[in-house]
Amino acid sequence: MSNRSAPAPTSVAAMYRALVGIGSICALLIVTAYLLTAPAIARNRAELLQQAIFAVLPGAETVRPMRRDAGGTIGPAAPGEEAAFHLGLDAGNRVVGVAIEASGMGYQDLIGLIYGYSPARGQLTGMRVLASRETPGLGDKIITDPVFVGSFAGLAVPLSQDGARVAHAVEAVPAGKRSQPWQFDAITGATISSRAVAGIITASTAQWAPLLHAQAGRLEGDTP
Amino acid sequence: MSATVPGPGSPADDLLRGLWRENPVFVQVLGMCPTLAVSNSALNALTMGLATAFVLCLSSLLISLLRHVVPREVRIASFILVIATFVTVVDYLIQAISLALHAALGAFISLIVVNCIILGRAEAFAARNGPLRSFLDGLGMGLGFTLALLCLGGVRELLGSGSLFGIGVFGSQFEPWTVMLLPSGGFFTLGAWLLAIAWWRRRREAGARVQEAN
Amino acid sequence: MPEQSLASIFLGACLINNFVLAYFLGICPFLGVSGKIATASRMGAAVTFVMLVSSLCAYAIHAALAAIGALYLQLVSFIVVIAAAVQLVEMVVRKYSPALFRALGIFLPLITTNCAILALALFQTSKGYGLLQCLVYALGAGAGFTLALVLMAGIREKLELAELPDLATGTAISLFIAGILSLAFMGFAGLGA
Repeated sequence: MSNRSAPAPTSVAAMYRALVGIGSICALLIVTAYLLTAPAIARNRAELLQQAIFAVLPGAETVRPMRRDAGGTIGPAAPGEEAAFHLGLDAGNRVVGVAIEASGMGYQDLIGLIYGYSPARGQLTGMRVLASRETPGLGDKIITDPVFVGSFAGLAVPLSQDGARVAHAVEAVPAGKRSQPWQFDAITGATISSRAVAGIITASTAQWAPLLHAQAGRLEGDTP
Repeated sequence: MSATVPGPGSPADDLLRGLWRENPVFVQVLGMCPTLAVSNSALNALTMGLATAFVLCLSSLLISLLRHVVPREVRIASFILVIATFVTVVDYLIQAISLALHAALGAFISLIVVNCIILGRAEAFAARNGPLRSFLDGLGMGLGFTLALLCLGGVRELLGSGSLFGIGVFGSQFEPWTVMLLPSGGFFTLGAWLLAIAWWRRRREAGARVQEAN
Repeated sequence: MPEQSLASIFLGACLINNFVLAYFLGICPFLGVSGKIATASRMGAAVTFVMLVSSLCAYAIHAALAAIGALYLQLVSFIVVIAAAVQLVEMVVRKYSPALFRALGIFLPLITTNCAILALALFQTSKGYGLLQCLVYALGAGAGFTLALVLMAGIREKLELAELPDLATGTAISLFIAGILSLAFMGFAGLGA
């Protein structure tokens, strides 16, 4: 092998041909796979979101995607448009609440969650963590501990007299020290994760609660 | 042992050597990143292993089919194109099957493309051998990789959650070793397996030497 | 675009979610190049530079693909661009610092298969970072990678003089050290919270 001269270098044209040819085959494979799996993936995504929305809005029978335009006015989202939040209606077409997604920094990494809020009652109706990388066995109790997850239903989000802002932010307190309706029990050993959830909801409600309260008529009036 | 092992070059050997003799993780020490990252539960380990095996055998097959038309200078670029393609395909497949599984494996599905095992097999085998042998070689290495992942995932899940594939094994009194689910647990478990295999191999060699001497 | 301060992004990538010790990325060079502190720090510097270049390119590619609705080509485009970026860095290093090029040797082309670089591109895209956030994230990731590598190299240099059972030498002991380092870095979690 060592006394053979090196094979003649390939021409640039041949290299281009080979790469373009292979690139075309690959592109064909990718696009075919994409088209074949796209309906199934879309179905899965919608199902996951719907499950989460129904979990945080107990009593809701139908869910309607809603939008918020640049001026802050809310209204039904056009088909195909990305929803800013979701409106939950019960069997009698009455408003159960809205489901809003929010995210923020937790102990390890970003936490993504969805919570239900009832503007009429000024309370949360539920909370579910959608994505987190908290410490397994400790911080991930924000997902697995049913008592913690359940403690968000009925959590008060009182607004100020003029309805312009949230009067008391939701707060995580050590277990057994709850005294106000906007407080919930932090998980022992996972204080930072619990506080992170409180912080995410606080930031999100500060933005949405006054707005939804002011435009509550638009939510009700939205039902046929 | 040599009387029962299929001879090198036979299709059966192509399939089997990746499982044990040239196991990519335990012997060749390749593909470490995903091995450690997704092996904190047996189910994740199994899915990741099978996804990698899928990419490995199909890309070995395609590369082997194209091996005569790819100029030497651009072969690495072509290999990477083919591998990235099949990784994209398997990514969509997993999403279509279960979004929860996809979320659990995270970015590591996409990272299969830089798994040194796949590029290594493409370069060492698929580029020089026929399609059937390359496919079997890819399958064998992929299954060996899956086996290694399951060894890690099984131990980590058993000690870290007290369960196997989500089914509780030890009962509710068991205090799980949470460290096993953390990155450190991955490092420790793999180190322990390598230690165990080195010890077992040394014992076998010592036994063989004693037999020869007699 | 998530509301995260630049300092928090940097610290997150460097210490809290260290790419090597928390995410298991870049293990191959971590186990392979961390024998000597000098080599480790040079490899770390090279990787940081490639990360910065790739981060920029990944941001641009994602924006372009999203605009034309062809996000299924994202992975392939990322890997091609990273390979090109590594090639570019190799040419630049060879031209302007031949000594460094010789010192890095085979490790420079190996950066292409360094999962940390591709992972950086994928993570920053999935988190939806803006341009400045991407660059800070890349800087933090590279700094964290270099830190892990140098720490490992320091320990292994000392280990050469220690007495180890010979079953454990090589990869096994490196893995145990990495496990302990990873545990130590867990102490950073919650930093800045």
